[in-house]
Formats: sequence, structure tokens, C-alpha cells
Amino acid sequence: MKITRKHFLQMSGLSLIAVVAKKLVGGSANTSASESATKKTRWGIAIDLQRCRQKEGCNRCIRACHLAHNVPEFSDRGHEIKWIWKQPFEDVFPFAQTTYTREVFATAPVLLMCNHCDDPPCQDVCPVGATWRRDDGVVMMDWHRCIGCRYCMAACPYGSRSFNWQDPRPAISAVNPDFPTRTKGVVEKCNFCEERLAKRLSPLCVEACEEKALVFGDLEQPDSEIRRTLRSRFALQRKPELGTRPSIYYLT
Amino acid sequence: MNDRPYIIVGLVVFVAFVTTPVWHGLATQNARFATLEIKLPAQEKQCVAPVNYMRASHMRLLEQWRDDVVRGQGRQYVAYDGKTYDKSLTRTCLGCHQSHQEFCDRCHAYNGVAALNCWECHNDASSTTRKPS
Repeated sequence: MKITRKHFLQMSGLSLIAVVAKKLVGGSANTSASESATKKTRWGIAIDLQRCRQKEGCNRCIRACHLAHNVPEFSDRGHEIKWIWKQPFEDVFPFAQTTYTREVFATAPVLLMCNHCDDPPCQDVCPVGATWRRDDGVVMMDWHRCIGCRYCMAACPYGSRSFNWQDPRPAISAVNPDFPTRTKGVVEKCNFCEERLAKRLSPLCVEACEEKALVFGDLEQPDSEIRRTLRSRFALQRKPELGTRPSIYYLT
Repeated sequence: MNDRPYIIVGLVVFVAFVTTPVWHGLATQNARFATLEIKLPAQEKQCVAPVNYMRASHMRLLEQWRDDVVRGQGRQYVAYDGKTYDKSLTRTCLGCHQSHQEFCDRCHAYNGVAALNCWECHNDASSTTRKPS
């Protein structure tokens, strides 16, 4: 059969209409399905500084975290591995200090951890995709993949990442068999207790605090405890001007 | 044609030389090769996949588990026989195989196969009993 010019144009037109129609039908079906399937979650923690400084020198949250996650304790600060740690108030919130904050926070340094940013700079710079933001807001790391280039450490504005300059195992007092240790040449940080989140448990630091200074919850749920707390109290974020949108809030 | 004896003798010597390994093998027949002695779990008879698959492709299964747990948040493995396992190297694999030195390492050394060193980070029973240093 010979295809005439008229025939060819008719067929092209019809196929074009068919393709567009299929796109329209299929597309709308897809969007309605995905909307109902994805319930957004974003885990966050609000740290009540007033409650946190009630018991001077309390390190329960830090100890619980470091024991569970096999975080080594090096005496040399250059080798320090930080998952959750404390720093003076004026270092953390230099813009918020007054003549008298020094007095209040002199013996009460501020509790710090990975901010699990909404827009994490560490993820953007990682050349091997060893760091990424999960759908629930947890900034995850794959230690299998990390090549130890430390770009993420340079990119993180909060100093939340540490590099293993040496084998961490000798510096771990008691290894928790259920969590891997890391090895020399790998970067590590707080993982928001993702292994506990998977079992629907809250992070260890939240649970370990006897003063209930840490409020954990879903920032996407308007009626969650953390959202109610953030509505009723004035809260700070670290370096909000950078636009990383941290998930860790500080109640003053 | 006068060189025939030399040629024959030469050929015999050559054949004897070339086949030395065969004679050597026959002479030392009693010296057997070392056999692979790996400890198999005493209490469990069935692995998470058929033995043939595990022998040939355990690394693929382990990589799949690793990616599922770290990246996919899938921590349960439904085996071919319907049993459910935790995707855990320390708990599930070593739960039966106990010691990586006597199972993984021994077989890898015997076959001369290099592998990733899982145990630099993942724990087994010997590393968890480590005393504070």
C-alpha cells in the first residue's frame, strides 16, 4: 500500500492525539495515587535549655548515645568523634548573648548534635552519594560508601561531622554488638537513631533525659508534641540565616 | 640414519622430563591436599537461601541486604521457604555461623578469594567481649 502525503499527515495527527491523551489520563491517575500514598514526616527535636541546665554536669544523653553507637572516646581532642556534645552558649548563639547570658550559661553549655537540615549542605558536596536526606528528614550516611574526602565536614556549618583519623575500636570501652563501629578514614555523625526510629522508638538522647528537656516529634504534624511546644515557646535554630532549615530547635 | 639411537634416547629423555610432574604426583600420592575444614552451624540446618545459591552468590545477597537496610529501610528478609529473617550480619549470619574467622575467613583463604573486610566495622562475638583499653 502506498502511503500518500495526506494519509501520513492524518496518521501523525492521530498518534499525537493518542499520546497526549494517554499522558493526561495516566498523569492524573499517578498524582492522585502518590498524594494519598505519601504522608509527609519530618522528625525533629526541641531542646529546652532551661530544663537541660537543671542538673549541672549531667551527661546522660551523651553517654546513652555514645554507648549505643560505639562512639570512641579519644583523649586527644584532635581525634574527637562527635555525635552529641556540648559547647558554650556564646559559641552556639553568638547573636543571642547579652551581658547576663554568660552568667546564666557559665556552667551550662548547650547540647549540640547533627541538625538534620531540610537542605543539608553535606549532601550536596558528597562526591559519592554517601550522605542523603531521607523522606522523613533524617540526614543519613552510608559508611560503606564514604571515601573519607571530608568535603562534608567542610560544608557542614555546625561542625557536626567527625573524621576517624585512626582505628576507633581501641577507644571504645564496650562495643555494642548491634551497631557497627566505624573504621579509619570514614566520616561519621549523629544518625538521629534511625535504627530506633525503624522500631518506632524515639531517639536515645530523648529517652535518656530525666528532666525531659528534649521533645521529639513529627514537625509535619500540627498536633504533635513538638509542634505544640514550638507554638507555645520561643525557639531558636542554629545559624538560620544560612537557609539550611535545621530540625533541631532550642527553647530558651 | 646413524643417529637413530641418539634421537631415540633424546626423545625418551625429553618425554621423561616433560612428564616429571605426573611422576612426581604418582610418587607422592599419599600426600593429600589440605581439605577445607569449616565449621557449619550445629543447631541450624537451613540457611536463608539454598546452599548452592549461598556458595556462589552470598556476596550479592549481602550487598542487597546492606543497601536495603542503609538506603531502603527494609530490615526484614523473607526467605525462599517463607521464613522471615532480620537483615543483620552480626545477628542473623553470625547468629548461626558464630565465628567469621572459622567460617568466612577460612573459606576465603582456602579459595584464595579476596573480599571486603566486613569485620573492620561489623561486630562478632569476639569483638564484643573486648576489654576496656
